[in-house]
Amino acid sequence: MAVRMPHWFRQIWNTKGLSRWIFLVGLFITLVFVVFAIFAPWIAPYHFNQTAVDGVKFPKLGSASSDHWLGTNDQFYDIASRMIWGARTGLEVVVMSVAFAGVIGVPLGLLSGFVGGWIDRVLVFLMDAIYAFPSLLLAIVFAFLLKNTLGGGVVAAALSLTAIYIPQYFRVVRNTTVSAREATYVEAARAIGAPPLTIMRKYLFGNVVQSVPVLGTLNAADALGTLAALGFLGLGIQPNEASEWGYDLSRALDDAQAGNWLPAFWPGLMIVLLITGLTFVGEGLNEGINPALRRRRLQKVVFPARTAGEEVSS
Amino acid sequence: MTVVEHSAHEDDGPVLEARDLRVWYATDRGPVRAVDGVSFQIRRGEILGLVGESGCGKSTLGRGLIGLLPDGSARDGELEFQGLDLLHLSAREQRDLRGTDLAMIFQEPLTRLNPLMRISEHFEETLRTHEKGISKDEVRRRSLEVLRVMGIPPTRYRAYPHEFSGGMRQRLMIALALVLRPAFVVADEPTTALDVLVEAQIIRILHDLRREYDTSLLLITHNLGIIAEACDRVAVMYAGEIVEIGDATAVFSHPKHPYTRELLRSTISLSTTGLNYIDGAPPDLVEPPSGCHFHPRCPDAMRICAERDPVDRDHGDGHRAACWAADLSDGLSLSEDERAPLEREEIAVADEA
Amino acid sequence: MSSGSGSGSLLKYIGIRVLLVIPMMWVLLTLVFILLRVAPGDPVTAAVGDKLSPAAIAQRQHQLGLDKPLIQQYVEYIGHVCRFDFGTTITDKEPVLTVIRDQGGATLTLTLGAFLFAVAVGVPLGRLAGRRRDTALDAGIRVFGVVTYAAPIFWVGIMLVALVIKFLPSWPTFGIASPVVAFEVPTKTHIMLVDAVLYGHGDAITDVLKHHVLPCFTLGLLLMGVIIRLVRVNVIQAMKGDYVEAARARGIKEGRVIRKHAFRNALVPVITVIGLQVALTLSGAVLTERTFNWPGLGTALITYLNGRDYIAVQGLVTFFAIVVVIVSVLVDIINALVDPRVRY
Repeated sequence: MAVRMPHWFRQIWNTKGLSRWIFLVGLFITLVFVVFAIFAPWIAPYHFNQTAVDGVKFPKLGSASSDHWLGTNDQFYDIASRMIWGARTGLEVVVMSVAFAGVIGVPLGLLSGFVGGWIDRVLVFLMDAIYAFPSLLLAIVFAFLLKNTLGGGVVAAALSLTAIYIPQYFRVVRNTTVSAREATYVEAARAIGAPPLTIMRKYLFGNVVQSVPVLGTLNAADALGTLAALGFLGLGIQPNEASEWGYDLSRALDDAQAGNWLPAFWPGLMIVLLITGLTFVGEGLNEGINPALRRRRLQKVVFPARTAGEEVSS
Repeated sequence: MTVVEHSAHEDDGPVLEARDLRVWYATDRGPVRAVDGVSFQIRRGEILGLVGESGCGKSTLGRGLIGLLPDGSARDGELEFQGLDLLHLSAREQRDLRGTDLAMIFQEPLTRLNPLMRISEHFEETLRTHEKGISKDEVRRRSLEVLRVMGIPPTRYRAYPHEFSGGMRQRLMIALALVLRPAFVVADEPTTALDVLVEAQIIRILHDLRREYDTSLLLITHNLGIIAEACDRVAVMYAGEIVEIGDATAVFSHPKHPYTRELLRSTISLSTTGLNYIDGAPPDLVEPPSGCHFHPRCPDAMRICAERDPVDRDHGDGHRAACWAADLSDGLSLSEDERAPLEREEIAVADEA
Repeated sequence: MSSGSGSGSLLKYIGIRVLLVIPMMWVLLTLVFILLRVAPGDPVTAAVGDKLSPAAIAQRQHQLGLDKPLIQQYVEYIGHVCRFDFGTTITDKEPVLTVIRDQGGATLTLTLGAFLFAVAVGVPLGRLAGRRRDTALDAGIRVFGVVTYAAPIFWVGIMLVALVIKFLPSWPTFGIASPVVAFEVPTKTHIMLVDAVLYGHGDAITDVLKHHVLPCFTLGLLLMGVIIRLVRVNVIQAMKGDYVEAARARGIKEGRVIRKHAFRNALVPVITVIGLQVALTLSGAVLTERTFNWPGLGTALITYLNGRDYIAVQGLVTFFAIVVVIVSVLVDIINALVDPRVRY
């Protein structure tokens, strides 16, 4: 990993007031979920797919007790365990889908922006078409197709989400590349006679990848919501494959209509917390990288009393 | 700084007078002393040029006079406009003065007009704000009149800003500033964004303003040629202070302050054979240098320059400068030690102490 | 109003914009075709393969033209869509257009209601937050925006249902009308709200309106988060605009500066981005419909997805694509009407 603190990180660290708190709170929430995800088998009291212990079946829709901290749901699952295991599923899917999208979108964007010409036009048009399409519908179609070939697992879910985010990386990277290409310093580099590939690597890449982490965290937040939506619509991960909050929510829908809201409350809360955490991190990164957004605290001007002939103390 | 006595002129008193005016604005590092104790006056129909390097505080001074400052900035000292104490007016009273009595022309004409409003709407808005119940015909008549003076044909009255060229937009901005016949106008680098031919045109218009409108003008620029061409008097600003002010011809032919001299030497003209520049960069206005702010870059710097603020002195005919060297050549007696040339290394050590 | 040349260039702009729809549509339709026809294999087998004999399957394939070469199917698909023929479902043998007619109305009133609610509340809130930047009010509005964005819309819906059931048990929490009302009101326009109004009974109208409140509110919250954020950022940016300062320099009153100069200019990009939220609205509608058992296109889509009816899914997805493209054109035209620079 990085030996010294990267520039943007120091910038975020140095911003004062609300922005810094937002970043830190986001980071804290996200880290808690990361801990849940990694240590789920040790933290969670039961396995996500477990409906009985020592041959004794769990109660259906049982209320909270010392055995089941948050009660059990209509499928006899322990809610608390599924919440903790859900962090693992969510983060796995999100990291995979965002990584896939970045791996495909970033090079395409760089290529398109740097080469230009008809390749650029065709790619931009294609990506715009995908981008214009409702993202959830796109994910639904992909989930529908992949479910029949790959089954209802984590990888299938991650792949269904990937297509949504490719155009976003493509767009950002392509537009930054185009403007960076026209920026004066690249022109200057070209005037000295630097070959195109050197320019691409040295001058563009550093500029372009700056915006990707921001997009990555914000997309991760969005991907988590979309994953839950797929689960809610019954197109996501199957309950025996992994614990997924959206699926649990869809099971809890009827309970809520019947007046029992707790089985729906917990998975939703987990989703809200993790999305908020990721969004806050993204916003913090954004303000750190984009100084135009940052507003530093101004010190009020107080005029020192005038003393004739004497230099005003500084 | 000491308050300077003003040579009362034969015509009616000044339109605007600043005494020891300070305009500071806030940053996270502490206040920036963009304007730090500035005194001058402008008479009716006079054009005062204000020159200096970028970042010397000349724009802040211009805005400070109009009361158009960003959040977190503050003004101090005395600022009198036609007998009104500008620094002690309420925000509302100041706003009522803007447009009618005080106006501003900006550097970037391309972005200063609301792109969604027709030219006619800009004029209607301005006139209606300050003259309640003015009739539509009257608005039209007066707007077309001032547009005619600026050379904009009446057929363009209902056009949108984007349909005009840069030079025309600057003329529109001037027309908009003048439609209420303000007594005092600040023009902040009005030609910097325009090409040379258009620049000459705009300068001519500004120069002729007083004939039509009897307006006093503060013309802010970094272009000495424009000052020589258009201004009656000139003020030279360095690091938040006016270092020299006086009749434009007098200042240009016999500069008193080394900074003015160096500034004049660094301009390019047809007779220029080599390029001159002033060593070093303008100082940080959060912590300006002690004594004379120019001393770290000044070729004539003496020991006293680093220690004591120079005094703003009249060198005859209202030609004022704040410089120990100028005082010395005018006969001020300084001790041997004070007169000794400044050794730069010493300063570096002193600064660290 | 605008001069002759101005309206001429406006018409020209609209003309070009409408022409640009064709390649956009073509790309989307091709995408849909590749995804839903080429990729998955035979739709009849997928949907009803376990119920029919191989001979019957072959017959159905022939009926639907699925035995023709793919390239021919592609050409026919594009041709049919141009005549608003989205195919016939395999599972219940209904033309997709009929499904859209029968269930589109519910989606339409849901999305429009949500949209109006979101704009009516979100724009003033965003504006307020932008003007009172960095105050407690701004922070509160921003947190509200982030939470409405972060909270999954279906969860918000479920929690609202739970609240309503607890505190207002008589309030309807699912469906578009009470069964009695749905039975009584004669179907004319296939839009329940309009039909109820045409039917003319106050009780029926109230009942249908009551059913709209929760779903529209829920979907509206989703859009509101986006709108608040957007308006706030744009107002802040517009307040820094050069023409805003110039207007202040002319002594224009602060209220008017904000209204006429800052806010009006801030709204131009907002209109564009709000227009782009059609996609988000449609996504949200699918989820809202499932949450409230709302008889709209989203519910239809999920039903056909579960029935593995590729033709129906293809038809509905095609329809959604057309809606998105048409709305994007409308947004651009509105934009041109508001902003004279666009048509220049």
